[in-house]
Amino acid sequence: MKHSEIELQMLREEINQMWKLVISQLEKAKQAFLNADIELAREIISREKRVDALELKIDSDCENYIALFSPVAVDLRLVLSIMKISSTLERIADFCEGIARYVADNECGEINPQLPEELRMEEVFDTLISMLSDGFVALESENTKISGKIMAKDEFVDSLYFNAIGIIADYLRKNPEQMRCGLKLMLLIRKLERIGDHCNNIVEEIVFYVDAKILKHS
Amino acid sequence: MNMIEVENINFYYGDFHALKNISMEIEHHSVVAFIGPSGCGKSTLLRLFNRMNDLIPNIRLEGKICIDGQDIYKKGMAVDSLRKNVGMVFQRPNPFPKTIFENVAYGLRVNGVRNEKFIAQRVEESLRDAALWSEVKDKLKKSAFELSGGQQQRLCIARALAVQPTVLLMDEPASALDPISTSKIEELIHELKPHYTIVIVTHNMQQAARVSDKTAFFYLGEMVEFSDTKKMFLNPEKVQTQNYITGRFG
Repeated sequence: MKHSEIELQMLREEINQMWKLVISQLEKAKQAFLNADIELAREIISREKRVDALELKIDSDCENYIALFSPVAVDLRLVLSIMKISSTLERIADFCEGIARYVADNECGEINPQLPEELRMEEVFDTLISMLSDGFVALESENTKISGKIMAKDEFVDSLYFNAIGIIADYLRKNPEQMRCGLKLMLLIRKLERIGDHCNNIVEEIVFYVDAKILKHS
Repeated sequence: MNMIEVENINFYYGDFHALKNISMEIEHHSVVAFIGPSGCGKSTLLRLFNRMNDLIPNIRLEGKICIDGQDIYKKGMAVDSLRKNVGMVFQRPNPFPKTIFENVAYGLRVNGVRNEKFIAQRVEESLRDAALWSEVKDKLKKSAFELSGGQQQRLCIARALAVQPTVLLMDEPASALDPISTSKIEELIHELKPHYTIVIVTHNMQQAARVSDKTAFFYLGEMVEFSDTKKMFLNPEKVQTQNYITGRFG
């Protein structure tokens, strides 16, 4: 393998490492939320620093690669995609941290345990985890056939988000004393909806790298 | 101790002050690239490292150059043994009008080696180190001129390696080669790095970026900047360097 290919391979390994870490953060965020596991939530908050460090490392290595190897064509697209995916993964990890803080604050114990079920929270988490995992596989295998499937899942997440607005509004009408917690829960669901959007952005970057097509804003 | 230590070098061609107050240290087993516009002094400095300028009339050198701890311009310094220790590869491949085998064996024979078995072993090792063995192993008795330009350049590198130097000087080694041969030379530099200290002069800035650990930028005989290649190409300290590497020069 040529020296420039080895460097590129290292970049791929770094983004894979960051990706796996973020998938694990999201899985833990799900467990922490559904089980109100404060210890696990604290672990997520503490691991967020590792995601940040990886983002900085990938940024710096991509800058060096561009400065030293002047990549073109598929190599240039890969480096640009890795930079954007890294930044997007970091934002997803920020949302996981936000979810973990909601759990760690432990302020909303009075919320009816039926409510997350009605909001289909577990299903939303599972869908997002599968979107993120499918994106990982798509980049690893350089296969964009899965992209449509991932984007369809985001539509599903969006529909659950819009349903959640009505469900929480109804709940708060019946339980106005829980206004603060209801709003916090709504913000948490909004974070999940944004994670779906970010997974979509990642798919767009993979399609840009593999097929040289621009899906953004289309 | 560094492999090459340059202390306050000033070099003159007659009245022309070609190198001005150059000081630098080059570490063992590192690759250093010299870049800069034509006439900036980079090749002159490179050629000082194995005393290739000695025969030019009317030259004057001030300062000190040590290679492997030895002052190479001290009185009594054996230039032959210096050049055995400091090999050189030039811009244009310059194989001798001999067979491929004899080109590589040449340095050994000149240095008095007579053991044919040893010579054959060194020829093979050198051709392997120069990433040429698999392409020429069945035609060692053929003329070196039958090789392509890129192969001839790697043959010249093998010839330089045969006498087991510690330093390899390369003066634009790929400027006359096509992109594939250039890429092979660059890969070769990476492979040789663990065993040799390499100084390369290049006009191709991207080549400097790809192959070197440190880069020195020269302009009008002065060394404007000498730093880690990553730093040089991402965030150079001097505006002059930035203007040169971004093509805004002049």
